[in-house]
Amino acid sequence: MTVGETEGADTETTAAADRETAAESALTPTQDARLRIVLAKLGLDGHDRGLKVVARILRDAGMEVIYLGLRQTTESIVTAAEQEDADAIGLSMHNAGHLTLAPAMVSAVAAAGMNTPVVVGGIVPEEDVQTLLDAGVATVLGPGASAAEVAQAVRDAVIAAEADAS
Amino acid sequence: MTDHAKPVDAAVPDPSSEAHQRYQEAYEAARLRDIPFETMSGVPVDPVYGDPPYPGQYPYTRGVYPSMYRSRLWTMRMFAGFGTAEDTNARFKAILRNGGTGLSTAFDMPTLMGRDSDSPWSLGEVGRAGVAVDTLADMEDLFAGIDLSGVSTSMTINGPAAIILAMYAAVAEKNGVARADLAGTIQNDIFKEYQAQKEYIYPPRPSVRIVTDMIRFTTAEMPRWHPVSISGYHIREAGSTAAEELAFTLANGFAYVEAAVAAGVDVDEFAGRLSFFFNSHSDFFEEIGKFRAARRIWARWMKERYGATNERSMLCRFHTQTAGVSLTAQQPENNIARVAIQALAGALGGTQSLHTDSFDEALALPTERAARIALRTQQIVAHETGVANVADPLGGAPYVEWMTDEMERQAEAIFAHLDDLGNGSILEGVYAGIENGYFVGEIADSAYRFEREVNEGRRIIVGVNAFTDGGDGQGDLLRISAETEEMQLKRLTDVKQRRDDDAVGRALAAVTEAAASPTTNLMAPILDAVHTYATLEEIVMAMEAEFGTYVEKAII
Repeated sequence: MTVGETEGADTETTAAADRETAAESALTPTQDARLRIVLAKLGLDGHDRGLKVVARILRDAGMEVIYLGLRQTTESIVTAAEQEDADAIGLSMHNAGHLTLAPAMVSAVAAAGMNTPVVVGGIVPEEDVQTLLDAGVATVLGPGASAAEVAQAVRDAVIAAEADAS
Repeated sequence: MTDHAKPVDAAVPDPSSEAHQRYQEAYEAARLRDIPFETMSGVPVDPVYGDPPYPGQYPYTRGVYPSMYRSRLWTMRMFAGFGTAEDTNARFKAILRNGGTGLSTAFDMPTLMGRDSDSPWSLGEVGRAGVAVDTLADMEDLFAGIDLSGVSTSMTINGPAAIILAMYAAVAEKNGVARADLAGTIQNDIFKEYQAQKEYIYPPRPSVRIVTDMIRFTTAEMPRWHPVSISGYHIREAGSTAAEELAFTLANGFAYVEAAVAAGVDVDEFAGRLSFFFNSHSDFFEEIGKFRAARRIWARWMKERYGATNERSMLCRFHTQTAGVSLTAQQPENNIARVAIQALAGALGGTQSLHTDSFDEALALPTERAARIALRTQQIVAHETGVANVADPLGGAPYVEWMTDEMERQAEAIFAHLDDLGNGSILEGVYAGIENGYFVGEIADSAYRFEREVNEGRRIIVGVNAFTDGGDGQGDLLRISAETEEMQLKRLTDVKQRRDDDAVGRALAAVTEAAASPTTNLMAPILDAVHTYATLEEIVMAMEAEFGTYVEKAII
């Protein structure tokens, strides 16, 4: 599935085959082309400007972006991440719901037996960053993060998750 | 010089011209504020300079009223809402005490989406980004102790707008204020939801039917109410250019006009109560050109394309808010300067009301202190700078006139595209542009172009990609405690226990029945349902049973 035609998590790609090859090779930061990122807006918040920009940044950085769009639930995101064999989940939050929603996402990923890192961007006050990290969020990207910082943060999160798993 | 009657100073209007005589008459008929119209140094100044057409004259490029701010300053309308209805009620009273002249209500995300506080979707969002309203009881608390006949209230809500308007009318009625005496605006601009803000519930066509029902209802029963505030603000915040904001917004306005006319309302019966809402961003002259072009385009289209004959139908009266998206989390105090410049552009652009953003809003809802500074900022523009003394003081400046023409040119190209898409109907063109992803695509492209320019350092944002030394502390932020959610849930449970469930059920069935009948106005059954303390979500679902829901195609 390519960016621009994603309509949900209903694809039947060769996800299983991809998973096997992915497991065989350790990731390095230069292997962005291999990275598959699920991006979503969790809950009711409709501010999608930032997430769409991030989608294009990651795509330009050579990653494969599975853009789920608005009004996703933790279940729909986990399902998509599983089906798409995602290396990371990116959430964008602008509605002050991050302290509830981001930890819920992390729990849902864990409950599904996955170790996919959850990266959070958007409007998160500094004093909440540590709370989110303590809750298991891999990285929090604040407003003003550059394109390079965004792409690097996603790479680092994936590498850290792979290291944890091995 | 062949025109001997023309004064030596070209900026001073020729008093013998027909346009100036008409202007002078209109100006003299206006009631003026009792202050000296002179500079700080005591130099008396005229109400307008430069060439006709003057303010208050078609096509109103220079302003909708002849005397502009000499008669009445723009309304200083500060948007507020957080936590429970009681919390916001206290903020409203503080705004009125501080000299604010209108109320503007921000609802929380569940309310905006037509969900109750006890919906699973609402978890973590109750009262966070605005006030939670589940039933009429919340609306009663929200406006407790405020004389609704004496304020004008703006309510920023779209998908469930009909229900919220019904609740407001019901509260007034309970307090002995006739709905005909209520003044205010409900945003109710559903087109821009599909294009930018994404707070839609139903598919576009039934949603527009609700809007036209509200236009019909307010035309008949609430003559002081503005039933739609056609909003470019969110289009701009989502990343559009100034010209796209202008064009999409006015096109949406044309579409509502076409829809209401198709529903059988005469254009001059309602168009005068349509109002607009624009963004004021940081490119000073581009913004001013945009505001001036908006007035000229609206007037011309209403007269020439839609056959309006009432002058009021041609007036593009608008609210302005400074650009939230321009606020930086880095060095937040810098935002005070940004807001001041944007507010000045709004005033020079001839806005009818203004909200100034608070400097701490990049990270959270504003603290009371920051909100007060924001209000003070526009009070400084209004009372200290002298810009309110002269209407359209920049009119005639070559760059400003060129920019106005350029904004108009770009907007007309977009109208032509939409007209093509709709085979001669802007309404159908807007539907088509929503369905084929035209609007969201253009906005996302513009947003990405801007971000790349910032990233590549071709566009400087002070404190973000340049001049980054110095205080970066975020300071105090307004925090909404988790208790808010618990309190709101308890309030909702209490209301549900007290009400007559049979009456609620009957009222909801009547709403569904009305939804199924395209010629029935939904407002009457919604008003009945609100009075039974049916919840917002229950009424939303009663219509959803008939209308279905809208799911956006996820494209980037």
